[in-house]
Amino acid sequence: MPSASPDTRPDDTFESVIRFDGVGMRYGRGPEVLQDITFDLPRGSFQFLTGPSGAGKTSLLKLIYLAQRPSRGLIWHFGRDSSKLHRRELPDIRRRIGMVFQDFRTLDHLSVFENVALPLRVAGRKRKEYADDVAELIHWVGLGDKMDAQPQTLSGGEQQRVAIARAVVGQPELLVADEPTGNVDPAMARRLLRLFTELNRLGTTVLIATHDITLVRSLDVPIMSLADGRLNTGRRKASA
Amino acid sequence: MSEERLPPTAPEKSAPLLPADSGRDRPLFAVAAILVFLACLAALGARGAWTVSDGWIADLSGRMTVQIMPVDGRDAEADAAEAAALAEALPGVRRAVAGTRAEAEALLEPWLGGEGLPADLPVPLLVDIELAAADPASADDLTAALDAAGIPHRVDDHARWSEAVVRTARLARLMALGLLALIAGAAAAVIAFAARASLAARQSVVDALHLVGAQDGYIARLFERRFFVLGIRAGIAGAFFAFAIALLVTYGGPGQSEGFIPVWSFSLWDGAVLLLAPVLAGLIAALSARLAVANDLRARW
Ligand SMILES: Nc1ncnc2c1ncn2[C@@H]1O[C@H](COP(=O)(O)OP(=O)(O)OP(=O)(O)O)[C@@H](O)[C@H]1O
Ligand SMILES: [Mg+2]
Repeated sequence: MPSASPDTRPDDTFESVIRFDGVGMRYGRGPEVLQDITFDLPRGSFQFLTGPSGAGKTSLLKLIYLAQRPSRGLIWHFGRDSSKLHRRELPDIRRRIGMVFQDFRTLDHLSVFENVALPLRVAGRKRKEYADDVAELIHWVGLGDKMDAQPQTLSGGEQQRVAIARAVVGQPELLVADEPTGNVDPAMARRLLRLFTELNRLGTTVLIATHDITLVRSLDVPIMSLADGRLNTGRRKASA
Repeated sequence: MSEERLPPTAPEKSAPLLPADSGRDRPLFAVAAILVFLACLAALGARGAWTVSDGWIADLSGRMTVQIMPVDGRDAEADAAEAAALAEALPGVRRAVAGTRAEAEALLEPWLGGEGLPADLPVPLLVDIELAAADPASADDLTAALDAAGIPHRVDDHARWSEAVVRTARLARLMALGLLALIAGAAAAVIAFAARASLAARQSVVDALHLVGAQDGYIARLFERRFFVLGIRAGIAGAFFAFAIALLVTYGGPGQSEGFIPVWSFSLWDGAVLLLAPVLAGLIAALSARLAVANDLRARW
């Protein structure tokens, strides 16, 4: 990575979607849960983020989708130094990131359809323009007959698929998924992984946090592994 | 994405993004309606104070009163008649009417009883003078004319009173307007407080909206719209009750009233008050909710 002030470059030519440089993070006045995290997510890459429970995977993703600020170090989003972002600019960055939360974060007073369509709606898109695409996506994740259901009436795996559909509906430049297959059977997990690789093939950068070893082994892609808040990068050969 | 069977239904209408919360909103509705009710009463009362004080001022400023002093050996009634004739002859006087002893006694009756006064008790007689609207005669003109005729008298041009009345009327108006401003301020504060509480209660919704890329303004507008509707509804209820009370006071109560009592008159002002109240309530609610939420959101990140 060249060191010449990357935050002044135009986004489109910037090869790094997300870049961490010496990042540390703590909650409130607690201990640092992330230390000296430095890595790059090149545009168009597909990577896993693994590590034992409590290692800091979710915390790292929070930094990526701008729900937390680092307590030290620098983070660039699409070539912009995030410490210099104005609050007004956060929504634009977030719209370029599709996020699958470990706890789904679906809205229980809205139907499955409304939940999936949410990113398009808040971006000001016309319902007529997106209704069919949203419905088709919901079918694709196998929830066609649950379109009008409330998320809390769905199984964990079904809710997870709602969360995934919502993350990808806006065709984000970066898809970040926190344990996206934690609640589904292996067949559905493969199907969802295919959705991610398909999106990646179409140009979306993908980062998946998981401790599902079979999932990690099913693809030959770079792996970042967190342990005790520190990062190791490597690559594990499929079925190694 | 793969072509599978096409969706049977994408739901037709968008659901509201903020979950309804009637349990929390109902007390707020009541408070807002009561405030609008009070504001309407204050506005109608202000109109009452306006009308009444205008009447007082008009009554006082077009008139003078001459008191004919009873002096031993003089015929007060004759003096009064002469004074009336002299006054009427002056330029700037439209009419002068001499009061009789009987009228003077009638005026004193509330204080002295109805038995009739001893005939030899001297009673000052009054000459009521109505001034011309243009170029009215002054108290000095009148005094000069009566002095010249040697009639013992005192001229009262009501200046002392009309000053006091004008001052009182101005004060009454200011009080009415101040009351309105205070109630509007209280309404705005209550709504701002409620909007913040509402925002806090829907924190998870707001977080989710933020995380899928909603602007602060977008979220503030959701609250703004909700509180606008609440304000309009509460405004209609409050204005309706104020109308009912005013009708009751006007037609069921003591009838003609003065000052701050909100009587109904089918005037433009009264109609405007009741029609504008819900709109203003809606706007105040929308504005303060928007500012409160925007302020709250800005403090984050
Ligand atoms: N909101 C919070 N406030 C304080 N500490 C937190 C908070 N969230 C997480 N932590 C702490 O940060 C550390 C990392 O948590 P994190 O959720 O990032 O782990 P994780 O790798 O995602 O774990 P899992 O695989 O179980 O989801 C943990 O020690 C946790 O206790
Ligand atoms: Mg986690």
